[in-house]
Amino acid sequence: MRLTAFEKDMAAGGQGAAAAFAMDILLRFGEAIGAPALLEIAQAHVDGCLYHGEVSLDFVERLVAEGGRVRAPTTLNVGSMDLLHPELIGGAAALRSAGRRLMEAHLALGCERSFTCAPYQTRFRPRFGEQIAWGESNAIVFANSAIGARTNRYGDFIDLCCAMTGRAPAFGLHLDANRKGEILFRVHDAAEATDTLYVAIGAIVGARSQGRIPVIEGLPPPRSEDQLKALGAVAASTGSVALFHAIGITPEAPTYRDAFGGGEPRQIIELSSADLRDALAKLSTAPEGAPLVAVSLGTPHFSVGEFQTLAPLLSGFRAAPGVEVYVNTGRETYAAIAGNGLLAGLEAAGVIVVTDTCTYVTSILRKLDGVVMTNSGKWAHYAPGNLGVEVAFGSLEDCIASAAAGRVVRSALL
Amino acid sequence: MNLAARCLVEGEAEGAVALLSIPLSFWGGFDPASGRVIDRSHPVFGAEIAGRVLAMPSGRGSSSASSVLAEAIRRGTAPAAIILTIADPIITVGAIVARKLYGKACPVVVCDAADFERLSEGMRVRVIAREGLCAIVATGV
Repeated sequence: MRLTAFEKDMAAGGQGAAAAFAMDILLRFGEAIGAPALLEIAQAHVDGCLYHGEVSLDFVERLVAEGGRVRAPTTLNVGSMDLLHPELIGGAAALRSAGRRLMEAHLALGCERSFTCAPYQTRFRPRFGEQIAWGESNAIVFANSAIGARTNRYGDFIDLCCAMTGRAPAFGLHLDANRKGEILFRVHDAAEATDTLYVAIGAIVGARSQGRIPVIEGLPPPRSEDQLKALGAVAASTGSVALFHAIGITPEAPTYRDAFGGGEPRQIIELSSADLRDALAKLSTAPEGAPLVAVSLGTPHFSVGEFQTLAPLLSGFRAAPGVEVYVNTGRETYAAIAGNGLLAGLEAAGVIVVTDTCTYVTSILRKLDGVVMTNSGKWAHYAPGNLGVEVAFGSLEDCIASAAAGRVVRSALL
Repeated sequence: MNLAARCLVEGEAEGAVALLSIPLSFWGGFDPASGRVIDRSHPVFGAEIAGRVLAMPSGRGSSSASSVLAEAIRRGTAPAAIILTIADPIITVGAIVARKLYGKACPVVVCDAADFERLSEGMRVRVIAREGLCAIVATGV
């Protein structure tokens, strides 16, 4: 690889042992993917706080022991612990302690105490065109698609190596030539921008893009960016989508021509209302009327806007006996809703707000032998495998109505 | 048999080839506690690959595979070496992290698709991946 004098010096240890350690790994990675050079990044988002075994801790604590500091502003993804509400987390004490140590070791490197999978809805939101190195699939797809910042799908160890060096390999989605649409999804008869429409389209786009960059035509303009967030999150769960273009909506696709960079799609997939309903049906393993044990909202982490939409639905709400309602969010959003009075209303309604982590990655739900309802395509995709629960997907309104009824009740799915 | 290869992670190891026609994702597909394949949809589901020379066309799946491979190398349940036909950054990172943290080598090399065809299940080979020399050598036991 072609390196600058400064990068060579970093690799040789001139910027400290921790930077050299990270640079060595980054260069191996760069060689394996055939990158010709490195580029400077404006920020990093590290998905290293979930405990995958002793190696997770050994890696970060080695960088700490060598006096390492991140070289770009770096946010942290969720961990295994809710450090603000530790009483919510179950599981073995040893695992809880390792999870906490892992989060603290990242802070010792100078990472921000964000612990959120939606860093794009915090004060660290990147800008259009910025080169960044992000982990966490939903954050990656949002940054690339909805904002127009540029990152590849970075993950284990490498996201932190980018943060420690302030560099990323110059390849893939960092470069103009690789951001053009390749496959077209034409949505027919979608008049209203409902939340569930966005999830349905995301689920199909993820399942059918097969590594190609999808372009969506016929998507009604979103009511809020939270709909784009939901679409990207499920597309990055049912498939490996890191960037999508929605014509007339996302910043790199004002027109069809822009979306395909002047070229034409290699494949066109037509989506009817029946296809969309099928996709939503596949997100549920439990039937209509099934008794509920919980509702889980906020995957990805709820925004202030989503809490504002939820608040009026809770007027006069009381969950049926044995049903718990959880909302996952980041601590910056948590502070905002504590400040504007929304949190008090949620707590009065018996809603459990979880920060720093998420209900599908750690031991939070008290009952796993039943049906959990969610408005998140991502949660619906992963929770049956991760937690062993049955899942019912539905709109936010249906989730709250079901919690009150104690069983799955749904209005029309789309 | 002596096949030329390209080195992604240095080391030297010997073992019986575990030949996979379909790539295995270490995350969700391999259990670092037992060293076995746990992907039910994989043709070699249940096979033990700890200590074997894992030969598969490419890597696959989530980047969490780096952690799973590194953890397996730490525990001693990983393959002895890995042979691919396409360089894979996720496998490379897992093996290099384990080598740097624990000094335990799981050499990773890339060979031509034509040479890959000459490997067979159970064949004993030595993978040599060091500065200036990278090869897969049949030891013929």
